[in-house]
Amino acid sequence: MFPELGQWSLILSLLVAVSLAIVPLLGSYLRLEGWMRFADRATRVQFALVLLSFVILTLAFLQKDFSVAYVAQNSNTALPWYYRISAVWGAHEGSLLLWVLILCGWSIAVSLKGHELPLAFRARVLAIMGWVSTGFLAFITFTSNPFLRLFPAPAEGRDLNPLLQDPGLVIHPPMLYMGYVGFSVAFAFAVAGLLDGKLDSRWVRWARPWTNLAWAALTGGIVLGSWWAYYELGWGGWWFWDPVENASFMPWLAGTALLHSLAVTEKRKLFTSWTVLLAIITFSLSLLGTFLVRSGVLTSVHAFTSDPSRGLFILIFLAVMAGGALTLYAWRAPRLVVQQPFGLFSREVLILAGNIFLVLAMVVVLAGTLYPLVIDLLGASKISVGPPYFHTVFPLVLTPLVLLMPMGPFTRWKQDEPRRVVKLIWPGVLLTVVVLAVFALQMHQWSAYGLLAAAAGSWVLGGTLNYFWQRQRKARERVLGVGQMPSGVVGMILAHAGVGVFLLGVAMTESQSIEKDVRMAPGEQVELVGYQFRFLGAQHAEGPNYQAEQGTVEILKNDQVIATLHPQKRMYVAGGKPMTEAAIDAGFSRDLYVAMGEALGTDGAWAIRVYYKPYIRWIWLGGIFMLLGGIVAATDRRFRLAEQAVALREQKLALQEG
Amino acid sequence: MNPKRKRRLLLVGLLLLGVSAAVALTLTALKENVSLFITPADIAAGRIPQGNQFRVGGIVVANSVKRDSDSLHIQFDVTDGAGTVRVDYTGILPDLFREGQGIVAQGSIENGIFKANEVLAKHDEKYMPPEVAEALKRANTPAPHPTGAQ
Repeated sequence: MFPELGQWSLILSLLVAVSLAIVPLLGSYLRLEGWMRFADRATRVQFALVLLSFVILTLAFLQKDFSVAYVAQNSNTALPWYYRISAVWGAHEGSLLLWVLILCGWSIAVSLKGHELPLAFRARVLAIMGWVSTGFLAFITFTSNPFLRLFPAPAEGRDLNPLLQDPGLVIHPPMLYMGYVGFSVAFAFAVAGLLDGKLDSRWVRWARPWTNLAWAALTGGIVLGSWWAYYELGWGGWWFWDPVENASFMPWLAGTALLHSLAVTEKRKLFTSWTVLLAIITFSLSLLGTFLVRSGVLTSVHAFTSDPSRGLFILIFLAVMAGGALTLYAWRAPRLVVQQPFGLFSREVLILAGNIFLVLAMVVVLAGTLYPLVIDLLGASKISVGPPYFHTVFPLVLTPLVLLMPMGPFTRWKQDEPRRVVKLIWPGVLLTVVVLAVFALQMHQWSAYGLLAAAAGSWVLGGTLNYFWQRQRKARERVLGVGQMPSGVVGMILAHAGVGVFLLGVAMTESQSIEKDVRMAPGEQVELVGYQFRFLGAQHAEGPNYQAEQGTVEILKNDQVIATLHPQKRMYVAGGKPMTEAAIDAGFSRDLYVAMGEALGTDGAWAIRVYYKPYIRWIWLGGIFMLLGGIVAATDRRFRLAEQAVALREQKLALQEG
Repeated sequence: MNPKRKRRLLLVGLLLLGVSAAVALTLTALKENVSLFITPADIAAGRIPQGNQFRVGGIVVANSVKRDSDSLHIQFDVTDGAGTVRVDYTGILPDLFREGQGIVAQGSIENGIFKANEVLAKHDEKYMPPEVAEALKRANTPAPHPTGAQ
């Protein structure tokens, strides 16, 4: 009975979404207040209905209701309860439901927080988000119904993909979707602005914290995915340039550009049409990412299904949304252009340059991701684009970006003197040299690439620390406390420092890692940079829903045991799937990584991977800094004061009219 | 020309320059860094791409896997039904590597043997790399496992 209720509530929510997409929009043109106010109510009802079907699906998982096909395919009686919950978004249908739930969550947040916005504008923003939810709810209802029944119901389910049975993967999809979907707010603002024919800088200011939060969530999602791939896939890599990773990286790059150009548009009323274009592109890339992952056109670890009708649906939806928005843009964007004087050396120009390189980087990733698809469609041949392509092109695009980064904050709006900025940047150069020396001294093998990447990281980190220091000094002169820095600035400093930390991590990991695949019999040992890895043999072990061979590896340094690791080779009972569970001795400045390959011969020997990964944690640490930066910046008081000002003006207007 | 227009021209010029440089760079890098996918039948027929590394995919032939007893060196045969090629690899194979399973190997041909530096098998026993599925279809060999599509 319950699953049908879930399905009904899903269909109802689709109807509500359709009305949300149409009624308030018409109301805003016909100036019917009731129709516009309908947006708020519809958003609420839509959220409640989608939440209901999500809860019902979750209950079906918790109650092991295998009469529901989706539950039977993705869970099992032996699966622990927490993984039965995360299994809700463990495959195609449920993860789309989560996508829509989060979209409805963002919509309701805009509706609740948006009372300061003019009614017509709010109605349009919500209606546009309604278009998006209409598309996805129709997609679920017509092609991917998670409540489909199986008759007769099987006694036992298959299993959740063992790769997904992991704490990191419980939160990775929700975080990632928060980011993807969060950009729909900026998208809706941009399209509403185009419909209006003007984009008030107060509304731009209002849109900024939302974009910050979406960006922070996307950053978090990507970091979690990278961390998970590192410890769970058993290859010890942190990024594979896998098409699905690229699918999340493209909106991130465009979103980063959007964050910065929004700042310019708000502060200087410049680049309005560029900002609008970026908002459209960023969300379109989120949709493209969803298409790439869901359609199965790409060969990837994430490609669950290859159902052509699903791919076609998303492709058409993408074409309608992105195509429609871009057409509207071509038609209306000229109206948004406001002439403002600015000099060739000014903060806005530096930000614009940074923006261009971010977009170029995005295009590079896009080209590498879509090129094989295009070649295949043309029927020429089947090819794949691998890391070498990205490793060749990406550093070239990133170099100017890295050079600009520490300079932007020092440079004034409108017009500045290069000489003044150079004088301020000097201490940063000294810091750069110090940081670089610290890392270069720890390099045990020569690598030009490593040194260059470390120099880039040092430059960004040193330059950012220098800015922080100078800003603090200035604040003290004005007799202001440490906490007086606007949180927008604090967020920027955190995020920029995060980029530096990330680059240093990449430099060390990529150039100084040592990876060895060895055959080890019990008692044998192998040495990596002063660490002895001693294999003591493997024993049988059992988990709740798997059997395993568990190895014991002792790590010694200067003849002292510093860690004992237990990597596993698991066999999941339900699906019969093998899995490599790596064991890691994690540290601030290095990780020691051990994973089991396969049993060899009769003497208890195993093929074993032993890795030494210096500073790999810094990669994710940098990501966490960026994420925190995004959140801190979103809390800036200036955004809220702006809201109050808008509200006040609205009240005054209402009084005058009344 | 007034200074405003001059400045705009400069910006647009820089933009165009940057974009065209990036496009040229991207296309060159793409051309040099892609790896072509070929089938065992292609190799049997002597259609081997020059120079670069490429990928070959197919089913691991039953009872063809031979492992050295004292190292990680391994050899196995891969077939698409129309042709068979021997693959030579040193290292750890993916979890889902087994006889009868579809795999993709990356490397190059040396003396008729495919020297692989990477062997991929996807993380789902139902899953068949699309290239392999298609190669099998072309050679009219029924896939031993259902492909992902249902």
